[in-house]
Amino acid sequence: MQHAAPRTIGETLLKVEDVSLGFGGVKALSGVSFDVRRGEIRAIIGPNGAGKSSMLNCINGFYQPSDGRITYKGKARGAMRPYEAARDGIARTFQNIALFRGMSTLDNIMTGRMLKMNRGFLWQCLHWGPAQKEEIEHREAVERVIDFLEIQAIRKVPVGRLPYGLQKRVELGRALAAEPELLLLDEPMAGMNLEEKEDMCRFILDVNEQFGTTIALIEHDMGVVMDISDRVVVLEYGRKIADGVPDEVKADPKVIDAYLGTGHG
Amino acid sequence: MIYREAGQYKTSYAADQAIFPILQDRIGLAILLLVAFVGAPLVASDYILSTILIPFLVFSVAALGLNILTGYCGQLSLGTGGFMACGAYAAYKFATAFPELNIVFVFLLSGGVTAMVGVVFGVPSLRIKGFYLAVATLAAQFFLIWLFTKVPWFVNYSPSGVISAPPRSVFGFYVTGIEATSHAKYIFCLSFVALLALVAKNLVRGRVGRAWMAIRDMDIAAEIIGIRPLHTKLLAFAVSSFYCGVAGALWAFIYTSSVEALAFDINRSFQILFMIIIGGLGSILGSFLGAAFIVLLPILLNAGPTAMGAPLSTSTIAHLELMTFGALIVFFLIVEPHGLARLWQIGKEKLRLWPFPH
Ligand SMILES: Nc1ncnc2c1ncn2[C@@H]1O[C@H](COP(=O)(O)OP(=O)(O)OP(=O)(O)O)[C@@H](O)[C@H]1O
Ligand SMILES: [Mg+2]
Repeated sequence: MQHAAPRTIGETLLKVEDVSLGFGGVKALSGVSFDVRRGEIRAIIGPNGAGKSSMLNCINGFYQPSDGRITYKGKARGAMRPYEAARDGIARTFQNIALFRGMSTLDNIMTGRMLKMNRGFLWQCLHWGPAQKEEIEHREAVERVIDFLEIQAIRKVPVGRLPYGLQKRVELGRALAAEPELLLLDEPMAGMNLEEKEDMCRFILDVNEQFGTTIALIEHDMGVVMDISDRVVVLEYGRKIADGVPDEVKADPKVIDAYLGTGHG
Repeated sequence: MIYREAGQYKTSYAADQAIFPILQDRIGLAILLLVAFVGAPLVASDYILSTILIPFLVFSVAALGLNILTGYCGQLSLGTGGFMACGAYAAYKFATAFPELNIVFVFLLSGGVTAMVGVVFGVPSLRIKGFYLAVATLAAQFFLIWLFTKVPWFVNYSPSGVISAPPRSVFGFYVTGIEATSHAKYIFCLSFVALLALVAKNLVRGRVGRAWMAIRDMDIAAEIIGIRPLHTKLLAFAVSSFYCGVAGALWAFIYTSSVEALAFDINRSFQILFMIIIGGLGSILGSFLGAAFIVLLPILLNAGPTAMGAPLSTSTIAHLELMTFGALIVFFLIVEPHGLARLWQIGKEKLRLWPFPH
């Protein structure tokens, strides 16, 4: 992981313009535009089915928008596969945990380093010399993530056996291991108890502060969102209804109507 | 307290990532290798070597191959027999076309050819999964066997279609053909198997293995962290088919000394699949345990009742064998998908705590 840098919010890292996405008759997104600046924590909120996850899926190439443009690091992107987004420095976690259940915590997080490991196949057959050296180097990086997330005790445990809250943490670890420039978190605190939420909040803030990672996150817990994010986008029925700093958004009558009024607060 | 890792602190990640991090395991492996390379050839009869140990070794290679594809990468295949046939015929073609070529290279080359064939048949795996992929590999199975029976070029235009393996030697010892002793064949086979097992273990504990397992466990998440699905699956098909091809070549040249397509029909594919299910999906050790189990089961079913004075007829044994497989496969699929290898591991964990169970 990178060394600590003072927290600064820089130029635009990601720009979404007029993005639309449809599934048959369902319009998941219609003409959504917003931007994410380097170094900030950007929240995407909205009622269930508003299109938040679909938005993240478009950003990391899992869905292809039917219309509109996504510019990342100053370059307009064409249709791309998720692994290409990963190569460009975008990592993410999922709303429903997407860990490799048959593998240990350590191996799961090691997979996050996949793109940084490039010793060839023949070296892999030997698992010796450069291949072993590379394996150890990346193991050290992974151990730093493990220390950071305080999950040393479950290093060798198959993730399928871990409780839900820890699985979410391991999934964050796998994303962090990739040292992303842009980290997408889909409801990182859903289903957690208060203590687990507090831990997760702390990790998110620390990642952002210590490593300067830009974070775009979806979260239903309004208290958390308003607390940790720099700016908030609000979606409803696939459309953007508000965008701004937490205080503005909180006071926006459209948001109160659409979202806070529906009992999510 | 015979088997425990307490007190064996790993002072470096290198030690922690070693192939056998626990001292007792290393000693165990050393003893096993000593028994296999020195003990067995000294005490085992020709009969045991050629009807139990050599087929066990050959099956182990095939099981390793299928386990890489199905157990590690999650791509179900019923084409194992076809790929073994591919290796056997490729070895025959190479051995007869280049009589000077060392048999070791002949086997490696036939593995290479089979790997390429495997890649071709692996392409559909990008689009289809599970049951449908199994059906596609079944097509490979039938197509390959059909090809080898129908095209006389593969058997150098021999009228019967059955051909015997030409004699070849390594370090002055015949390892194939009629002059080869079972001892020479066994040692040759064993060396091959030991090396292939080491390579397989190295692959699965590193980057390549993690990519395979990621695809197996959740291909969507794998792609999102930068793993290219097609690339990774095709590599699994290639490596797996390489192993199956070498297994087929060993089968034809060392075990049966004849190349015939019938030996590699669909039943062979199922047999290898049973081995990895019983032995343990996604386990190198499991591939060996499964192969041993399936080689030994008919022998035990035969010897047991005979020793008790009630010998069974061959057909009864065949039925019993199938029933036992059926029961065990259901048991392992439902209760313990990681097979005998997992039972072995649980046993070791118990031993580690013994005599204090908590
Ligand atoms: N793969 C898909 N196929 C069909 N429809 C989809 C698909 N993915 C999303 N949708 C639809 O798109 C709309 C937006 O879904 P999305 O998952 O983006 O909402 P969300 O804001 O993340 O909701 P939640 O808060 O429940 O996670 C929904 O109506 C959903 O049914
Ligand atoms: Mg969602």
